[in-house]
Amino acid sequence: MEHALSLFVRSIFADNMIFAYFLGMCSYLAVSKDVKTSAGLGVAVTFVLLVTLPVNYLLQMYVLGPNCLAEGVDLSYLSFIIFIAVIAAIVQIVEMVVEKYSPSLYASLGIFLPLIAVNCAIMGCSLFMQQRVGLAETDPKAITSFFDSVMYALGSGIGWFLAIVCLAGIREKMEYNDVPKPLQGLGITFITVGLMAMAFMCFSGINIG
Amino acid sequence: MKLSEKTKETLLGPLNANNPVVVQVLGICSALAVTVQLKPALVMGIAVTIIVAMSNVIISLLRNSIPMRIRIIVQLVVVAALVTLVSEVLKAFAYDVAVQLSVYIGLIITNCILMGRLEAFAMSNGPWDSLLDGLGNGLGYAIILIIVAFFRELLGSGTLMGFPVIPEWCYQHGYVNNGMMMMPAMALILVGCIIWAHRSINKEEKK
Repeated sequence: MEHALSLFVRSIFADNMIFAYFLGMCSYLAVSKDVKTSAGLGVAVTFVLLVTLPVNYLLQMYVLGPNCLAEGVDLSYLSFIIFIAVIAAIVQIVEMVVEKYSPSLYASLGIFLPLIAVNCAIMGCSLFMQQRVGLAETDPKAITSFFDSVMYALGSGIGWFLAIVCLAGIREKMEYNDVPKPLQGLGITFITVGLMAMAFMCFSGINIG
Repeated sequence: MKLSEKTKETLLGPLNANNPVVVQVLGICSALAVTVQLKPALVMGIAVTIIVAMSNVIISLLRNSIPMRIRIIVQLVVVAALVTLVSEVLKAFAYDVAVQLSVYIGLIITNCILMGRLEAFAMSNGPWDSLLDGLGNGLGYAIILIIVAFFRELLGSGTLMGFPVIPEWCYQHGYVNNGMMMMPAMALILVGCIIWAHRSINKEEKK
């Protein structure tokens, strides 16, 4: 339990998807123009992560890992194809389910859901999970149980949500600033994200449990 | 061989005026993460160029038989298969670089440059043009990677491709490597500066 909690907090702050690994940058930069839409995308990413990562964890543990299907069979070279297919399929299913049961949620998330299949944060999270299942149990980054993988997915999603909402807040205020012409738009956004990443670096020392 | 005007534009446009990273803002994630040193950046640039060119050709050949509704999944599977190939080759022949690049090789699958080019170009053009377009965009991406990695390695650890280039007497006179350059934050700020420079230079051409 303590381990899972530590994993959760670490993945929000110290191992933040955006500031430490630059995952999901493309949609992060493109959609962070106002707080409301970016919060919608953040929720959608968290949600999809929460569904895909545990599924990929089970696949990794019971199908892809060494000696899982049969003695001496190691399918880990198939993991890229399997993971991306799982993600694309789940995004489709989530889209269909949300459309059927919650049209209002679909209306607000709708445009983002198809984008999420190619969001690097989702794929990256699964690939990190694949690396982390092999770590020793005492390592604070290790994912040792199904519950750990759920907490890791939740933490990474919340970290991403936090990052995009923060940037959107700053960009809304930055509209009124006098930025040099060639730096306007994308350039200044990059520098802002860089400064935010510097602030988040302070969290890398935290030690829980 | 003489290239026609259009072919030239397809191949060379993405290198500068229509660069995938600094103008179209695609494929930022890996561009930032693998640029601490020049060597992994170089390998990553080559890998992406090969994968973009190959997947462009394959999708372009298949473009008339792919049903529109499931095209994203078809594209993803083609790309994932190519990435798996490249990843296995790297593990076999350049293991230390493959370890350094870690998950970012796998993340080429979700690199927006790939999906962007497949959607925007390969789905509606022939294989030869698609090959050129893929090469051009891959190289445009590689150039930015190499520029960022050059500065980060030079200023961050005083080496290039692992060889020390800052002379010893500089250190004796108090020169210190800038550790900040090794941090993720500086990659973002460097790319910001590159975009700034790129826009200042290209401003007149656009007007």
